[in-house]
Amino acid sequence: MSEKPTPKGAMIGTSFRRVDAVAKVTGRTRFADDLNLPRQVHMKLVRSPHPYARIRSIDLAAAKALPGVVGFLTGKDVPEPFGILPVSQDEHALCQDVVRFVGDPVVAVAALTEDQAEEAARLVKVDYEPLETVGSIEEGLLPTSAPLHGHADEGNIHKKITMQFGDVEAGLREADLVLEDVMFYEGNTHLPMEQHASLAVPEGDGRIGIWSSTQTPHYLHRALTKVLGLPASRIRVVAQPNGGGFGGKSDPFHHEICAAKMALNLRRPVKICLTREEVFFCHRGRHPTLMHLRTGFKKDGTITAQHLKTMLDGGGYGSYGVASTYYTGALQCVTYDVPRYRFDGARIFTNKPPCGPKRGHGTPQPRFALEVQLDKAAVALGIDPAELRLKQVQPAGAITANWLKVGSIGLKECIDRVVAGSAWKERRGRLPFGHGLGIACGAYLCGAGLPIYWNHLPHSGVQIKLDRSGGVAVFCGETEIGQGSDSILAACVAEILGIALEDIRLCVADTDLTPVDLGSYSSRVTLMMGNAAIQAAERARDLIAKAVAEEMKLPTTRLVFADRRVFDAENPGVGKSFAEAVQVAEARFGTLGTTGSYTPPRSPGKYRGAGVGPSPAYSYSAAVIEVKVDPETGIVEVPTVWIAHDIGRSLNPTLVVGQVEGSVYMGLGEALMEESAFRRLPKSRSRALVHKFPSMLEYKSPTFVDMPKVVTYLVEDPDPNGPFGAKEVGQGPLLPIMPALCNAIYDAVGVRVDQVPVQPHMILKALEDKRRGGVGRFGPKSFPKLDYGTPLMVPTPKEGGDGRAVNAEEIGIKGGTMTDRPAARTSP
Amino acid sequence: MMRLPSLQWAAPRTLTELTTRLAADPASTKLLAGGTDLIPNLKRRHQHARQLLWIGKISELQGIQPEASGEVSLGASTTLTAITRSDHLRRHYPGLVRAVASISSPVLRNMGTIGGNLCLDTRCTYYNQSEEWRRSIDYCLKEAGDTCWVAPGSPRCWAISASDSAPLLAAIGAKVSLHSVAGEREIDVEKLFVDDGIQYLAKRPDEVLTRIRLPAVSHSRSTYWKLRRRHSIDFPVLGVGAMVASDGGGRITAARVFLGAVASAPLSVDTSALLGQLPTEELVHTVAERARDLATPLDNTDFTLQWRRRMVHSYVDGALRELCGLPAKVVAPREGRFAIEV
Amino acid sequence: MNADSVTGSFVLNGERKTVAYPEHHTLLEVLREECGLPGTKHGCELGECGTCTVLIEGVPVLSCLVLARQCEDQAIETVEGLESAEGLHPLQVAFADLGAAQCGYCTPGILVTAKALLAANASPTSAEIDEALSGNLCRCTGYRKITEAVDLAAARLRGEDRALPSLSELCGHPHGDHSHE
Repeated sequence: MSEKPTPKGAMIGTSFRRVDAVAKVTGRTRFADDLNLPRQVHMKLVRSPHPYARIRSIDLAAAKALPGVVGFLTGKDVPEPFGILPVSQDEHALCQDVVRFVGDPVVAVAALTEDQAEEAARLVKVDYEPLETVGSIEEGLLPTSAPLHGHADEGNIHKKITMQFGDVEAGLREADLVLEDVMFYEGNTHLPMEQHASLAVPEGDGRIGIWSSTQTPHYLHRALTKVLGLPASRIRVVAQPNGGGFGGKSDPFHHEICAAKMALNLRRPVKICLTREEVFFCHRGRHPTLMHLRTGFKKDGTITAQHLKTMLDGGGYGSYGVASTYYTGALQCVTYDVPRYRFDGARIFTNKPPCGPKRGHGTPQPRFALEVQLDKAAVALGIDPAELRLKQVQPAGAITANWLKVGSIGLKECIDRVVAGSAWKERRGRLPFGHGLGIACGAYLCGAGLPIYWNHLPHSGVQIKLDRSGGVAVFCGETEIGQGSDSILAACVAEILGIALEDIRLCVADTDLTPVDLGSYSSRVTLMMGNAAIQAAERARDLIAKAVAEEMKLPTTRLVFADRRVFDAENPGVGKSFAEAVQVAEARFGTLGTTGSYTPPRSPGKYRGAGVGPSPAYSYSAAVIEVKVDPETGIVEVPTVWIAHDIGRSLNPTLVVGQVEGSVYMGLGEALMEESAFRRLPKSRSRALVHKFPSMLEYKSPTFVDMPKVVTYLVEDPDPNGPFGAKEVGQGPLLPIMPALCNAIYDAVGVRVDQVPVQPHMILKALEDKRRGGVGRFGPKSFPKLDYGTPLMVPTPKEGGDGRAVNAEEIGIKGGTMTDRPAARTSP
Repeated sequence: MMRLPSLQWAAPRTLTELTTRLAADPASTKLLAGGTDLIPNLKRRHQHARQLLWIGKISELQGIQPEASGEVSLGASTTLTAITRSDHLRRHYPGLVRAVASISSPVLRNMGTIGGNLCLDTRCTYYNQSEEWRRSIDYCLKEAGDTCWVAPGSPRCWAISASDSAPLLAAIGAKVSLHSVAGEREIDVEKLFVDDGIQYLAKRPDEVLTRIRLPAVSHSRSTYWKLRRRHSIDFPVLGVGAMVASDGGGRITAARVFLGAVASAPLSVDTSALLGQLPTEELVHTVAERARDLATPLDNTDFTLQWRRRMVHSYVDGALRELCGLPAKVVAPREGRFAIEV
Repeated sequence: MNADSVTGSFVLNGERKTVAYPEHHTLLEVLREECGLPGTKHGCELGECGTCTVLIEGVPVLSCLVLARQCEDQAIETVEGLESAEGLHPLQVAFADLGAAQCGYCTPGILVTAKALLAANASPTSAEIDEALSGNLCRCTGYRKITEAVDLAAARLRGEDRALPSLSELCGHPHGDHSHE
């Protein structure tokens, strides 16, 4: 553990049992599909078998004739568009006149049983007129490709971004070594074990409730309000505990909106649980991303400038795509000091399920490119790759070239830990042929600095109700998706009030009853909800302290809240039980309740696009991976992963280590086997453009016996913005895994695979290339040509900039930006 | 939830009752053993049945019986787990145990049967998909369509024989008994299969595979090398079942190698180069080259076909080196070893 | 509602249960929809993920691939049967304390599979635990905490007084490696 002493609380810093642990090990946790109500009917969605087609007609007659069928919806019933981002309102609960990927929903059918609904769905006849499809980034760039949407920046280029921070070309000229790489990161999906499910319940008085597996009940609430045309106050969204999310349940989905609409129409509860294949169609997974990375290095390995170009295959709809595209460029400068930086990004519409946010949202792809390129630079310059990184780690409090404010940073210690643990210095480059070690680092947000829609409201709110029983009820919109947010909420309150977890009852993720929390995404919950919870609890504590101090005739400063008591610090025997203390306060002030809320600090960046990347704090990770590569077969085995994570402060080490190990697992899946691959059949025949294997069997997700040993180190360097100093852990530790693996393969057999997932044939091809006198590389050969336009020029802090672009008007950017908003008033 | 279509279900108690009921309507009746293949296929609507006959209660189809002749009779509904746990089989047929232990995962092996694994429907990533998915490609030759998407110009279906036990049982020369109301016949395991993705079994629809007869083992060794992405759950993308017998002087008296998962049936590799010889790396290499030339992996399972083809060479070479006591050249697969070692 | 309803009877978590269900329904469907036991989850209904594992006569099987009709008079155990009046099963305690359940969705299937393993092998190595559970996918944990929890429960079931890992054991030690040696 860290040498730095961290104050130890009764709860905080200990491996207390999760508050939902017993429910989960007894099968009592109710996931959305576990809910059932009297008079409930079952709904199925009829989905498009075509990747791109116009709907000519829909014939429901045969389906209507089936016994048990009670209702239908078509596009006409849900004409209002929606989408998670205000700038991409391009989805419909049911397609209006065009379908854009295989799996796009067209009709909803409800029947008394699921068997009947399924049969009815098969009998719905839809007549389609197939259209010319866009199957790849390259096709989407063709001027002849017919645009999928009207709101794209240009043709099928959904979004184009270009921005420059400092004179990058000058920086590259100053370099002793300039490396230029083209790399590819294949798409993959979240694959939560739970298939999405929803139960929509009309409440008779024109109100509708939906109990759903969603990571973002607040955003679903907004989408329902828009599409159903009802006031928000008449819609209730409850997020049931999610059986895994990883970003895959962060968008409002068609089935949720259709279930609500159907329930309103039929005036009875409507249930839907997706099949596994439909979960693949919902997707919103990792964007397949092509990257072009050009970086200048001094002889000592320090970076002089970097120019990153990315191109994302977005699929058929916007989803979070604009944010995802920004994220491919946003976090390149928060780990190492990149003094000058240019980023060009583009997202392309294709006729595939929409991509969106998956664990690491947009950042694993460029992180992969950066960390592999650093390894190449270290080899070229004859520097130890760990040393090369150590010498340019950003200092705490730095403001990056692209105007992100780094808070605490424990990255050096992370690198030191994994270097020591893996015996890196003794073993790297010295293992027998076929055995190797690779290192890489990563960084991630602790919550996005801005919400998804423009507003000045808090990102998280917590309400506390205390009463004479001594029990404390805590209300918060946060959503438990397995990461342990319920436990962190309860622990933060318990710690401040000096009570036990058993004294706390939670009411979460219910838009009728709980204050808004934006949802479980971008690793925001611990930091934002935690701070809101601490504020609410401190206000409750202060009320109680005031009343008790008056009665005990002591200054409030002498009161201690601990061990479920409130007592005199100088005379611990004198005091009250917590319940008695609450009674004193209730008698003194009336019914007791407090609130807390959290709004992130403002970011120094003021340019268009500065809204993506800022965070109250950044977490850091470093990993060393050991590989065995069979040069005859190209098969890679991973015996051990050493990983260190800068957690700021570990609120519960068991939960933290669990998140680290889970991230390592998912990273290895992405590095070695997981891919969202598509098949395309000849235009003259079926015209199909389909997910190659939308199943748990053929989408390869590592099993128990594929998982290596993991050695985890937690580096604690409390961050002033974190609750009790804590930072995130759910996403960051995934980031170093993919590049560390590829760097280890290089150490083992001397070849580069510049793309993931790494397949055995790629290693064999690279080895063959090397034998024939080539560089020994497998990867994409070229980056498509695209004019990204004139970059937004933003002087860096070192150049004396003020965070604003100097040419915004010249290049036609009008109006303010979200980061330019007036400061929100702090809550009273 | 993905569900079965409506169907009738019955559990005959005797083999006679089973064959009689089957003979009444062989076209729309399916035999249900472990269900690990049939149930998903019915749920995805690429196999169809109006009636399921569950064979789990028929005693004639059960049991592992060593015979006085040294042969062993395996009931077709013996679970794969029972095979991996049988002391007799572990001692005398470690290659079979290794092959069976490599099938899917422990929980699937608790359900799946040896007869079911032999009769496993051929597999293809254009076929093992939902009704809706297959509609999006306009179906395929194996079910409801007119094109084999793996090889659109070809008149046949190229779905893959994905049984792990078949190449091994073929290599050791096992036989299967087929019963129907017309009587019983026994054929070599290798004759059970036809290299056609649709008509992949020589068994008639009214016949029941009842027992598997393992030959007595003397002076022979067998092994199974399985290639797949993950170390559990996955079907093979290549299976090499191999048997080598030698005389007292170490000369090879018999050698049989069958390839699984590279065609619609297990493929027999020409091993004549080894016969009568003392094993050498060169001879093994020759057989491995013949195996590679024989295999025609196609793009209908995991991994690239070029790599799988190359792996045919590596794995046949590796399996024969193991059986001939020659030094290993590639890392042997972990698959199936565990059940033997613990 | 369905024409082809049948009535079946089995011993569910130690109690005789007689229930009507459509003839083509699987054990998974009948447990969740007719028996009021939604503790058994489902992730694919095709036998590919292990989530719906239950015990039939003590043997782990996938309830999505078994017709309820095959279970006549059989003893079936689900996650709901692990807890008793005496309290949680030691596996449940270990899973709760070691963070082996994150989202908890794969947990019911893994718990019953682990119970069957420990009934057959009281002292499994980590490798044996991994092998026994290798048909159960989990996307949250990276598996190591689950292996450790089964190992801890096994020790406690053997009567060993094994404490929870200390902070230093949690961090910096190779997880899932205790008994490979």
